[in-house]
Amino acid sequence: MSAGHALLGLLAEGERHGYDLRRQYLRRFPSAKPLAAAQIYATLDRLLRDGLVVAGATERVGGPDRTVFAVTGPGRAELDRWLSEVEMPSEYVVNLLSMKVTLALLVADQRAAADFLRRQREAHLARMREHTRVKSDPDTDLLRVIAADYAINHLDADLRWIETTLQRVTELAEEIRP
Amino acid sequence: MMTTRLPNTEPVGGEVLSGRAIVKSYENSPALRGASISAARGDVLAITGPSGSGKSTLLLCLAGILAPDAGEIRFAGRRIDTESEAARSALRRREFGVLFQFGQVVPELTAQENVALPLLLSGVRRRPAMTAARSWLDRFGVAQLADQRPPQMSGGQAQRVALARALVTEPQVLFADEPTGALDTLAGEQVLDQLTRVAREAGTTVLLVTHDAKVAAYADREIVLRDGMIEGADLGAAGSVGAAGSVDAVMSVGQHRIHR
Repeated sequence: MSAGHALLGLLAEGERHGYDLRRQYLRRFPSAKPLAAAQIYATLDRLLRDGLVVAGATERVGGPDRTVFAVTGPGRAELDRWLSEVEMPSEYVVNLLSMKVTLALLVADQRAAADFLRRQREAHLARMREHTRVKSDPDTDLLRVIAADYAINHLDADLRWIETTLQRVTELAEEIRP
Repeated sequence: MMTTRLPNTEPVGGEVLSGRAIVKSYENSPALRGASISAARGDVLAITGPSGSGKSTLLLCLAGILAPDAGEIRFAGRRIDTESEAARSALRRREFGVLFQFGQVVPELTAQENVALPLLLSGVRRRPAMTAARSWLDRFGVAQLADQRPPQMSGGQAQRVALARALVTEPQVLFADEPTGALDTLAGEQVLDQLTRVAREAGTTVLLVTHDAKVAAYADREIVLRDGMIEGADLGAAGSVGAAGSVDAVMSVGQHRIHR
């Protein structure tokens, strides 16, 4: 995920200062990891250097100075290019769960691997319940519902993998340590 | 809301329904090999596991529809597996609601008549039964379907009518077996949202059988069946040792229940 493009997108909606961008980021991307203030200013510096945003007036509202940023023509063009670009599914999925199962079978036994998978399933399901609860709350707005849906479906993919691996763990143990 | 519960059907120590060391075979093929389970009042409990793990059989035994070969089932402290079919049938009508994947609504009856049916069968007069049916259809957002017949409804609508019918008698326990299995994702979510919300408001215990983790996530906790036993019970052990282990496993899961 490119923080630069996310900020360009938020600025394309209207000019803002850094503090406001940070708030808007939290509001629009509720499931994303929040951006630290330092990260926002470093990213804005880079966008300024590349001519994708310009710094405008400096506001002072009873606190520190706040510089307002706006998207330039090239900035808008870069944003449009990025938005229409398909994200490539990654070739190498780093699957920590799979690594742990393999190593458990190598250094311990089938029981350890199955036990890990069962406890992992509990943890995944607990997280899935949290997202489901958020989603089922009638006060949750649609933006948060679709964010929860994304998380639920990814957890579900892991859970399906955990279940089939549990069913194959005996066979896998024989393959790894014949 | 009308309440017809008798004092002696109140849960003992919070436990409403339990099965202990249940064994059930079909023509020498074991479906349950000593499964134990315990549900408290207001528990929304998912029973999951792969195909053929015995989860539907467990549900049917707990609901008093199938008689187990061994083990015991208690509802509100009363042992029900040894009772006569007539007594179990009366219990099911009064205290249990059931919801399956499809096919429970009567196609010849309107939605309102379908929902009123369990009340009419219990001897409630037509007018109050129809009034209650109407208010349950309203709770599930399908009051506008009152005069329609199931063939005119979408799958999601028919399932909400079936849900209203399962709850119209205000049962203590709702048994649901893959209740959204035949619905698309959004229709299924609507049914699950409403099912769990209404059950939680009413303090109804729900046993939800599903193979789908996304459905199980609507419950407060989960029991996994594998090869007719509760997973997490003594691995590889069968018979009485496994059965005793199962009870402990269920209890420890219960203690880690996530609070709402």
